[in-house]
Amino acid sequence: MKNPILRLAILSFTLFTAACQQSAEWHGKDISGLMPDLQFELVNDRGESVNEADYAGKVSLLFFGFTYCPDICPTTLAQLAAAIRNLPEDVQQQVQVLFISVDPARDNGERLSQYAGAFGEQVAGLSGSQEQLQTLTRRYRVTYGYGEADENGDYNVSHSSAVFAFDNTGRVRLLIREDLSAAQIADDLQKLLKG
Amino acid sequence: MIDNTPFLLTFFTPWEFSWLVSGSCAAAVVLYLRGLSRGADAGFARSLVFLLGVVLMYLVTQTHFDYWSQYMFFVHRGQHLVLHHLAPFLIALAAPGAVLAAGMPEAIKRWYARQSGLRRILTAAYRFIQQPFLASILFVGLIAFWLTPEIHFDAMLSERLYWIMNWSMALDGLLFWWLMLADTRDRITPQLSYGVRMLLLAAIMVPQIIIGARLAFSKQVIFDVYAVCGRAWPISPLTDQQLGGLITWIPAAMMSVVAALILLRRLLHSQSGNRAAAQETLCNE
Repeated sequence: MKNPILRLAILSFTLFTAACQQSAEWHGKDISGLMPDLQFELVNDRGESVNEADYAGKVSLLFFGFTYCPDICPTTLAQLAAAIRNLPEDVQQQVQVLFISVDPARDNGERLSQYAGAFGEQVAGLSGSQEQLQTLTRRYRVTYGYGEADENGDYNVSHSSAVFAFDNTGRVRLLIREDLSAAQIADDLQKLLKG
Repeated sequence: MIDNTPFLLTFFTPWEFSWLVSGSCAAAVVLYLRGLSRGADAGFARSLVFLLGVVLMYLVTQTHFDYWSQYMFFVHRGQHLVLHHLAPFLIALAAPGAVLAAGMPEAIKRWYARQSGLRRILTAAYRFIQQPFLASILFVGLIAFWLTPEIHFDAMLSERLYWIMNWSMALDGLLFWWLMLADTRDRITPQLSYGVRMLLLAAIMVPQIIIGARLAFSKQVIFDVYAVCGRAWPISPLTDQQLGGLITWIPAAMMSVVAALILLRRLLHSQSGNRAAAQETLCNE
């Protein structure tokens, strides 16, 4: 057995440094270095295979959900869209939202395209095979699951409520939780755009 | 998640494989079996209890159970119940020290026998951390520490912190139950009197009940990390939290009662043993 005092010392040191990494200047949670950079293999709303290279060069907001989602997804997407509208017009095109449906069985390309488009041109609807989705959710330590279907075949989907923000080089930077306002998110986006 | 692979295969595939965890469990089993084959006597029941403890530790950390623990609060509480209470309790109850020592390769034993300085330091550190007050504070303190919302958030998000959390629970569980259940054959662990042990067992129940009941009765979701990362399947966040609270509260506190009953039985045995010995002495005189 390892020296327990040493173990405690290491433990408190790790937590201390982890706490220090949390910079006070962001509204979201700084997760630089805690998670891997943007990388994925998915399918876009036209059924074409895409990866992170197709979306390179912009600040990206990654969000998992499903179009039948009753509450979290529409609220969050509306919030993100409002935050982007808060930005100066010339930089709005430098931000994109990657909305990834974890319910590919129901969310076909057309549905995805309509749903994502309703929140603005900066929102891209993506999905993929179960394998592709699982690889991506695992990469960001999130998950999703399906509830039992009712008599109409409707079912609930559990998914991550977080938005992962990446800078324009694809490096992971922030975790944006539900409780942030559009203005706060816009503030963080401004800083991300400056680099 | 949907998966077409057979359930058993999915279940037994580690969600996040760890050489350290799998290796430690395997080493414990190999050393123990080697010790038995070299003539160390533990009896069937004790051996079974030890192996069960190690297997439980493995099952909750190196199978799909670990996936559920990461994405469902109440399963996470179940994982810690096994890591901090049940499995270390069983391992300590089996008092495997002598068998493990017998299973140790000769070279390591000879090397360790020569390191008198190192042995002194390790023993002193071990006895320091096994002081009754410190051991109890550490036992409930760790539960409270990892259930602090901000710390819990980071621990569930970062893979490194997640493993530190689970290791700290398992090692502290081993230390505490070892101290509680140590018998007179153990020459290194401080031998607390039965009274002190019962007192400590009762004392650690109170904060565990408070922490568990607070979670079970809270009308607010205290840990948002499970919403942030997504749950393993759709369930109301409050139901998840209430179940987690009940697991932290009832079975965890019951372990103290079980330990106290075992100690009571030992106490009665030792007294009747003393009486028998005393009678024997009288008869012989």
